[in-house]
Amino acid sequence: MKLWFAFLLLSFGIPAVWAAGAGAPKPDIGKGGQCVEAPQWMRKNHMHLLKHQRDEVVRKGVRDEKHSLKNCIECHASTKDDSVNARADSFCVACHSYVAMKTDCFECHSGTRKSAWLPRNAK
Amino acid sequence: MNGIDIRRRGFLKTSLGAAAVAIAPGVLLFDLAHGKPEGASGKVRWGMLIDTAQCKTGCNDCVAACHKENGVSGGTGPTDSQWIRKVELKDNGSGRELSLPMMCQHCEHPPCVDVCPTTASFRRADGIVLVDKHRCIGCRYCMMACPYKARSFVHEALQGQNPDAPRGKGTVEACNLCVHRVDQGMQPACAEACPNQAILFGNLNDPESEIAKKVRSVASVQVRADLGLNTGIRYQGL
Repeated sequence: MKLWFAFLLLSFGIPAVWAAGAGAPKPDIGKGGQCVEAPQWMRKNHMHLLKHQRDEVVRKGVRDEKHSLKNCIECHASTKDDSVNARADSFCVACHSYVAMKTDCFECHSGTRKSAWLPRNAK
Repeated sequence: MNGIDIRRRGFLKTSLGAAAVAIAPGVLLFDLAHGKPEGASGKVRWGMLIDTAQCKTGCNDCVAACHKENGVSGGTGPTDSQWIRKVELKDNGSGRELSLPMMCQHCEHPPCVDVCPTTASFRRADGIVLVDKHRCIGCRYCMMACPYKARSFVHEALQGQNPDAPRGKGTVEACNLCVHRVDQGMQPACAEACPNQAILFGNLNDPESEIAKKVRSVASVQVRADLGLNTGIRYQGL
């Protein structure tokens, strides 16, 4: 019985230790602050928002600033280099490389905060 | 009027009220979920009237402004993107010379949209012809279909794009009438940059707009009007 109990304890305990996160990503969240939606909801659903948003904007011209990629980048670009994809711990890269997912977004889209990009390219 | 009719009327009134109460919050939530509900309107037709008499030979300001706004390199090599180019014309008989900017003509019936196999090439409700680069597979059928040679293909990986103007390798691109500026109520970069105001931008469908008044009062032509594409870009004095 004791052995059984110890096994039970172990089987619950080990995943809990794993979940607590050796090697879990620690993204640089930039300015952060109050997100447009609840953070837990965003972790799960941000991709749906972005995908819905991109079709609405490009094809219908419905520009919802709140849920736009630009708005994400404005808050979450690193305060050090104004980017969400420049370093291994940048906001987008940190989790996506952890789950081995390639984001193609930034082959076309700028990963730089617009308020930082504008003065650099103002000439 | 008998009793049944009155009861029926009462029943209809209350059920209508109940329906309104049930639907109203749904409509409100729909609006909230979609942010600004107004997108591109089909009542609008964006267009340009280019006055060739005001366009100066050798002046390249519109091209430079476009390239800066959209992050195009400005090169003229075989693999460089060109969203807008200056065309110099000369009539050998009379010696008359003309200079004008040439770009996507934003057709009402665009051949590029007809041939696109993925519906990446499309015409927005307000008449702007665009490439949805999320869907573009880079087949370049549209480049071949366009009678104005308005489209370019991005051959090389790009970096440092304008946050407002995403561009990337493997997709076709062209003048988008500075759609990000138009949606903010601004003019396209070329129209703003022209030192002689040769480019007049506006809503062709609004009879009170400056461009509609001018199109009504002066002679203007569409390039290759014989194709019946009804272009949004018109030229005066061509």
